[in-house]
Amino acid sequence: MVSFLGKQTLTLVYGLGDFALFTLRSFQAIFGSRRLFRRIARAGFEQGVRCLPVILIVGMFTGLVLGLQGYYVLNRFGSESLLGALVSLSLVRELGPVLAALMLVGQAGSALAAELGIQRNSEQIAALETMGVNSLGFLITPRLIAAILVYPMQTALFVTVGLWGGSLSGSLLLGIQPGVYWSAVERAVASQDVNECFIKAATFGLLTVALCCYHGFNTHRNRRASGARGVSASTTRAVVQSSILVLAADYVITSFLV
Amino acid sequence: MAEAPPSLLLQVKGVHKRFGDNIVLSGTDLDVPRGSLVTVLGRSGTGKSVFLKCLADIMPADEGRVLFDGKLLTATDPVTRAEFRRRCSFLFQSNALFDSLTALENVRLPLEQTSDASDAEIQERSLEALRQLELEQHLHSYPSQMSGGMQKRLALARAIVTRPELVLFDEPTAGLDPLRRNAVFLMIAKYQRQFGFTAVIVTHDVQEAMAASDRVALLDQGRMHFQGTPAEFAQSTDAVVTSFRDSAVALGTALASLRHGGSLPTED
Repeated sequence: MVSFLGKQTLTLVYGLGDFALFTLRSFQAIFGSRRLFRRIARAGFEQGVRCLPVILIVGMFTGLVLGLQGYYVLNRFGSESLLGALVSLSLVRELGPVLAALMLVGQAGSALAAELGIQRNSEQIAALETMGVNSLGFLITPRLIAAILVYPMQTALFVTVGLWGGSLSGSLLLGIQPGVYWSAVERAVASQDVNECFIKAATFGLLTVALCCYHGFNTHRNRRASGARGVSASTTRAVVQSSILVLAADYVITSFLV
Repeated sequence: MAEAPPSLLLQVKGVHKRFGDNIVLSGTDLDVPRGSLVTVLGRSGTGKSVFLKCLADIMPADEGRVLFDGKLLTATDPVTRAEFRRRCSFLFQSNALFDSLTALENVRLPLEQTSDASDAEIQERSLEALRQLELEQHLHSYPSQMSGGMQKRLALARAIVTRPELVLFDEPTAGLDPLRRNAVFLMIAKYQRQFGFTAVIVTHDVQEAMAASDRVALLDQGRMHFQGTPAEFAQSTDAVVTSFRDSAVALGTALASLRHGGSLPTED
């Protein structure tokens, strides 16, 4: 039992160290990387424009549900006028960054891990290295930089659409005056809340994209599965671990910022 | 530090490689004269591709020395390794083309990422390489839209666009029919003469290799069993060389024996 626990701990520590080095080397590769801006733009398009529909749809339904649930809870205490505050603080502080990150992991992160896994299996990454191209700088660096920029933007969009969803629920369906809803939003949200939202979004973006890249890039190191199964295993691991990481990081950041 | 004779572009000495208990290379040597076409022959599974990957610095060797243009390649000397990669190209058995890029983008990529050439110059050199390999009609095709032979030519275009001095070919004819095998060897020999690069080909196609190469080497049981000219290979009476070289004759003899009611000879 002790031996098993020791082995698992060592594996975990090795994995964390390896992941940290992978991320660090990817950032180091900024220096000497050519045509980086163009590749950041392409990665930004993949993580941004391609993921817009899911962000808009999930953001809208989250706001609609929050509006409904919030109204019936507040109604018990005669505080329906605070619906805007409840929806906005829930979205800005917690649900916006967390749900947007989870959606982006599901769409962009899984695609990223699978693409890198296939590139590894078909020797495209080895081909880059034989050309003298830094494969981390070429494949990973632009995606990490794009994630730091795109995740906060996507989160802002998610929150905005969510607020509109809450307003739709409250005003159109449940009869709260739009002015009451929006003035409650304005009074409730402070700049500190917005900062917290963006700090979380950028951190989740960096962590999840780095983790998805790490698993895809190292698909060949999986001893239990190779080929298509290896890619499938890497993608699954990337999505599951990224989702857990979002929630764990959320707890840590919240405990520091609150 | 011992330097290779100036006529040798590449010199490999005592390369060892093992995967767990499986010893693949056990002191493999190879001399590659500048400007020559050298073919490394060997049965499937003898470690030819592993040997080539150790040469290309894709896979680290456990032991041994690789000298490129007289300079020793070591893990602790990134400058020499970077220079080697700049002057060397590798053609993968699978071609390793970037499937999300068009033919033109595939050929442009190494220049964009490793040279200081202007965009116009990159475009000109890429188009020239594609034209020389008769792919000018397929500039905007993706690799998946091209035939196997065209993909091979595209991989070669990508390899030569940087004007390398050494090109390493890993099983360039694997899975091809005899006519296409001949065409690929002809293509390599033609462009090797045209561009003047040194070529190392790993294959198990004996007849084609003997016809196209300046030198032939035979890898067997982790060691280079034979190195010499195709003529010397053809005249060798060594048992390993003859069994490999005359495999087609041996097949005919075995089949004739089978037709006359005999039994098949066992391996070894």
